[in-house]
Amino acid sequence: MREIQAQKVIDAVAELCMHSNRYLPEDVKKAFAECAASEDGPAAKEIFRQLTENYELSAETHLPLCQDTGLAVLFVEIGEEARVTGMNIREAINEGVRKGYKEGYLRKSACDPFTRANTGDNTPAIIHYDIVPGDKLKILLMAKGGGAENMSRVTMLAPAQGWEGIKKFVVQRVAEAGPNPCPPTIVGVGIGGDFELSAILAKKALARKLDDVHPDPKIAALEKELLETINKLGIGPMGLGGKTTSLAVKIAVHPCHIASLPLAVNIQCHSSRHEEVEL
Amino acid sequence: MAEYSLTTPLTDEAVAKLRAGDVVKLTGTIYTARDAAHKRLVDLLDKGEKLPFELKGAVVYYVGPSPAPEGRPIGSAGPTTSYRMDAYAPRLHSLGLKASVGKGKRNDAVKQALKDYIGVYFGATGGAGALLSQRIKKAKVIAFDELGPEAIRELTVEDFPLLVINDSAGGELYAKPDLKAAGLE
Repeated sequence: MREIQAQKVIDAVAELCMHSNRYLPEDVKKAFAECAASEDGPAAKEIFRQLTENYELSAETHLPLCQDTGLAVLFVEIGEEARVTGMNIREAINEGVRKGYKEGYLRKSACDPFTRANTGDNTPAIIHYDIVPGDKLKILLMAKGGGAENMSRVTMLAPAQGWEGIKKFVVQRVAEAGPNPCPPTIVGVGIGGDFELSAILAKKALARKLDDVHPDPKIAALEKELLETINKLGIGPMGLGGKTTSLAVKIAVHPCHIASLPLAVNIQCHSSRHEEVEL
Repeated sequence: MAEYSLTTPLTDEAVAKLRAGDVVKLTGTIYTARDAAHKRLVDLLDKGEKLPFELKGAVVYYVGPSPAPEGRPIGSAGPTTSYRMDAYAPRLHSLGLKASVGKGKRNDAVKQALKDYIGVYFGATGGAGALLSQRIKKAKVIAFDELGPEAIRELTVEDFPLLVINDSAGGELYAKPDLKAAGLE
C-alpha cells in the first residue's frame, strides 16, 4: 500500500485552486484566437479582444480571471493501492480548498441554500470519487461559476426521442440561455447512465481539451453536428451576435435503463478553469 | 452607435438619450449589490427604513468581487447574471435608480420600468473581471459587511466601459437566437 501524506493533498489542491483561477488553459486561448479571426462583426471581435486582454492581465497580476472563482468541484481517482495518511481524504481536500481560496484571494461562493449565509471558506467542496486500479491519486479540480451552471439542465427523454430529441433539447437549452452564461460557452452533454450520472458525465466532459477528438468516431461526428447547429443560433460572444456561440461541444455516453434516455446539459462559460494533478 | 462619457449621479436627460448599442464610459460613484443585498434593500424599504445609499440618480453594479489583494482597492470584479435581480429592479427604478450594470437578459417588467422611470440597463463583459477591476479606483463596504462578497460597496470608477443593452425607449441590443437556422422552428 502506497502512503500519501495528507499535507501533499492539501498543498496540491490549494495550488490547483489558485493556478486554475489565474491561468486560462492554452486550448481555450487558442480557440479564442481562431474564433476571433472567423468573426466579421466588430462587437464579437471586441469581446474576444477583451477576453484576451483579461487572461493576459490575470496571469500578470494574479487577479482571478473572473470574480466568480466558482464552487470547487473535484473528480478524484483513488488507486486501490494508495491511501492518504494523517487525515481523511475528504478533510484534506476541503482543507486544500480552504487554503487555496484564502491565500489566492479567491471569492468564497458557497452558502446555505435557505439562509444564504456564506460558509466563509468555499467549503464544503463537491467531490466525486472513483476507485481505480493502481497506486496513484489523481485529482481534477474544476472551478465552476454559478452563471453558466444555472443555465444547465437534466431531463429524462423517452427512448423513442433518440438523437433528434437529444439534439433539440441541447440546442434549445443553449438558445434559451442566450447571453446569460457568458458565451462563447463550452457545452458538456451527458447521455445515458441514470438521472445523476448523466449530469456527472456532462460536467466531467467539460474537462476535455477543446481541440481533442472523441475516440469514438460516431460520437465525434455528433459533437461536430451539435456545435455547428448551436453556432447557427447566432447568439455570439456575450450575446451580441456572431458566429461563435459555443467553442466546443463535449459528449460523454454511458449505457442506461431500457426505459430511459437520461440527458444532461452542463454549460461552461468561456472562462473554463480546470486542472489536474497526479500524486 | 454613439459614444458617451457620463458621470454619476445620472440625470433623466443623460439616460433618455442613450440607445441600445451605444458605448458609455462611466466615471464617479457606483454601488455594488447582488442577490442577498437586493433582498435586504427591499426588506428595508418594506420596513420604511432608509437605504444605505441615495437611490436618486444611482447606478447599481451587479457584482460580487473577489477579495482585494494587498495594494489593490478590489479583486476581480466583472458583472454577474442580471435576471436574478429582476424581482427587485422595477421597485428600485420607481424610487430613482437610473441604471444597473450586469450581463444577460432582463424580463419584461424590468424593460417596462426602464420606460416608465427613464432607466437604462448596461452590459459589461462577463468574465473579464481582472480587466474591469483596473477601472475601479476605490472600494469601500458601506452595508451588510457580513454578506462577504455580497456586501454593498461604494466604488469609485473611472471610464468604466459599458454597452447599452436595454434603453428607455424599448430598444434591446442582444441578438435574438435564430431558431429557424438551428432547425428548432
